[in-house]
Amino acid sequence: MIKTFYPALLVIAPLLAALLCSGFSWIQKKFCYPIVLVGLAISLFSAFKLLMIVLTSGTIQYRMAGWAPPFGIEYRIDLLNAVVLLIVSAIALINLVASHKSVLQDMKEKLGAFYSVYVLFVTGLLGVVATGDLFNLYVLLEITSLTSYALIAMGDPDRSPIASLNYLFIGVIGASFYLLGVGYLYIMTGSLNMINVADILQNLHGSSAVLIGFIFCMLGLWIKMALFPLHIWLPNAYSYTSISVGRLIAPLMTKIMVYVMIRLMLNVFGFNYIFETLELSKVVVWIASIAIIAGGVMALAQKNVKKIFAYIIVSEIGYMVGGAWLGNQTGMTGSILHIINDAVMTFALFLVVGNITFCLKNAHLNNFKGLFSKMPWTMAGLVLAGFSIIGVPPTCGFFSKWYLILGGIEAGAYHFVGALIISSLICAILFFKIFEISFFESSIQNKQQNEHKNHDKIAGITEAPVSMLISLGLTSATLIILGVYSDSIVKNIITPFLTQYKMVI
Amino acid sequence: MKYIGLLIVAVCGGILLSATSDFPDWGYSQSPASTYLSNHYIEKSIEETGVPNLVTSVLADYRSFDTMFETAVIFCAGLVCFLLLRNYNRQKKFFYRHISTGVVLCFKDNCKNLPASKKFEQMDADWIPHDLIIMTVCRILIPFIQIYALYVVAHGDFSPGGGFQGGVIFGSSFILLAISYNLQTAMKKIKEKILGLLSALGVLIYVGIGIICMFLGGNFLDYSQLAKILPVDPIHVRALGMLGVEIGVGIAVMAVMVVIYVNIASEGRHDEGL
Amino acid sequence: MTDFFIGIMTKYNYWLYIILMMIGLYAMIVKNNLIKKIVGMNIFQTAIILFYISIGYKTNATIPIIKNAHGDHGTGAHKLIIHAADYINPLPHVLMLTAIVVSVATFGVALALSVKIYQRYQTLEEDEIRMRLREK
Repeated sequence: MIKTFYPALLVIAPLLAALLCSGFSWIQKKFCYPIVLVGLAISLFSAFKLLMIVLTSGTIQYRMAGWAPPFGIEYRIDLLNAVVLLIVSAIALINLVASHKSVLQDMKEKLGAFYSVYVLFVTGLLGVVATGDLFNLYVLLEITSLTSYALIAMGDPDRSPIASLNYLFIGVIGASFYLLGVGYLYIMTGSLNMINVADILQNLHGSSAVLIGFIFCMLGLWIKMALFPLHIWLPNAYSYTSISVGRLIAPLMTKIMVYVMIRLMLNVFGFNYIFETLELSKVVVWIASIAIIAGGVMALAQKNVKKIFAYIIVSEIGYMVGGAWLGNQTGMTGSILHIINDAVMTFALFLVVGNITFCLKNAHLNNFKGLFSKMPWTMAGLVLAGFSIIGVPPTCGFFSKWYLILGGIEAGAYHFVGALIISSLICAILFFKIFEISFFESSIQNKQQNEHKNHDKIAGITEAPVSMLISLGLTSATLIILGVYSDSIVKNIITPFLTQYKMVI
Repeated sequence: MKYIGLLIVAVCGGILLSATSDFPDWGYSQSPASTYLSNHYIEKSIEETGVPNLVTSVLADYRSFDTMFETAVIFCAGLVCFLLLRNYNRQKKFFYRHISTGVVLCFKDNCKNLPASKKFEQMDADWIPHDLIIMTVCRILIPFIQIYALYVVAHGDFSPGGGFQGGVIFGSSFILLAISYNLQTAMKKIKEKILGLLSALGVLIYVGIGIICMFLGGNFLDYSQLAKILPVDPIHVRALGMLGVEIGVGIAVMAVMVVIYVNIASEGRHDEGL
Repeated sequence: MTDFFIGIMTKYNYWLYIILMMIGLYAMIVKNNLIKKIVGMNIFQTAIILFYISIGYKTNATIPIIKNAHGDHGTGAHKLIIHAADYINPLPHVLMLTAIVVSVATFGVALALSVKIYQRYQTLEEDEIRMRLREK
């Protein structure tokens, strides 16, 4: 076992930053932002360190409070965790820098409390990813949920509190279902450590209580990740928040839930149990296919760009769930790769929306006219992110979709393959509609503007602040880098991870 | 909607009930849940941690990392209530009542906030006369409630109790003050700034103890490392570590309870309510 | 049929918690008033807490505080002979202490949100709020 304190540091640094920031908000407000920045930077650094250690010397186990696993709580970092941790902490840090200006505008007296809640949200996410204990996961999940309710309610004063309260009700049902599932497992096994539960479950494959526990864990996570029929809370919650919050929650929350689902499927219940003892996989792949199409179709009907992107998220959830439940290595590879890619893609999309709303004050599609000439860099980012969502080759979206389609063909799930292709077409239509409005309709719009002498309004729009552009540039570059190196990500991280958990048939 | 609700409830209930036949009977002492981890906790706890209250030893030592985040959840709830509700826009009117005659004066916004003197007291918009019996009984009770809260925190190792329970009891003494007198009286006893600082401080004590353990060379929250700086042997230092942690929890819970109450009761204006 | 009733009699704790939980869930789905929904949410979470606590129960066992361990820490404590069957399982109690705290925190946040909604719309009935939203 490798002696390292990074797993603890990863979670403790942002927690400490949240506490200090909240304390300093009463004493000296100007320290809040630097404290939070340092906290997140430390956790990004430790996530990077962890990935390096895991790549060279294998899985890290860290015993909290020094007790051996089944009795104490264990943090277990393997290849999958390490990558996801890196993505989460990087996105949180970049968004913090990018949204500093708009947060200063929105929150005046409550700046300290806002940043404190922001970091607590990130703490929760990092903990959920790193933990190896079923109940600890629940507690951290609740920290993330509580903070996300608050962050969402800080947006549009008319609608966001209601969207947030609805999200709270559904979120509580989801988390409680997960807790109930864990209770069913605990009653049958007597343990809470993931690896230990998995060992005991080997002899309990026929038990109906384990089956119900499994179903309720999955139901809870599906509610939290907004899989299609359970998605009703997502579009309102994500589109009525202020954008600085939306682009933190939208890329991370749902993807982390998909990650937890994959973690439970592989590490706790085991591949054999899910795909050989149970016959649920076909049903779930069908649900996922419907989710992909439904998300796309509902996105087509929207006029607000934030809502369009929110429905695209619903559709993308279908990709990942379907891929994970195909029951073969290629599908699972595609699913895991898509968690990474989709987090970055969605983040890039919402960064673009953030830049636009910072200048335009709203994200209605009609206001996009002529944006290409006014905000060339932002729109270049939109083009890149859009291509990635559609799945155009040099960007990363193509590769994960490629693995998913291969997996679908391998499993004989042609409806899933069909859904993937149709959804690519729908995304293409959506994005070209946006491009068309913002590129080609500019001249007409300008004429009208001149006639109505409203010229100063549109002339006032200029490119977003530099800090926002740099973060967008970084993220867009990551899209291409992930695409170019996706082969080595699969070879060095995902395949060894899957072989480690015997996910090869 | 009613029928959809009934359908969902019936399906969920049916699925849940279908598994009960697989469960051990109620009170069956050989079930996996009651034998696997629990026997170790029951038999080894005294030996390993020196604390006879097993709930405390599991809560604050074996699973102390969970409890730290539990405190963070509480801290987070207080913070969220503050963030959502706190409203710095001051009220438009202030009412002052002349105590001996009962004449009420109303000051508009532009007038400076008069401090309540001995002859005048500030009062809420919908004023209810103070009940002498309630006020007297509460004034007598509050110190005892607070002492009892301290006992519950300090004695959590040996008897039912601990930081959460003690903190809630302590917080409720302030809430009792706010209910029996009025919100302003309670807020004069404990300022908003102090509450905010205390809630962060409580969790900070918890995290701080964990970090000290890390600096002393152990894992995070491994209390046995504290024996290097405290004059106690490595097993019994764990009880001290737990006590420290419980005190932190108690402070945080106390502050957050009051913060939540004050913000919800006064809709964030901290001037009057309930 | 008698087997069925015996099954219920020996496992009635599970039946009770499921019924309680479904009452809460029903209130959360169907009720129109936001406060009633929040109360339903609390019942729902309390039912899960009861479920966990009932897992920890053993017949003829007492609360998980070791007897006769007061006062003599150190030398005397090691001589105690402890039978695991005499004490109920402490772990579910610990887990539920956490879950209670979480549910209290969620309750506080939900109330804060509903106060915010009330400030805006002067009502807590969901259909009225929806009507106001449509008017805009």
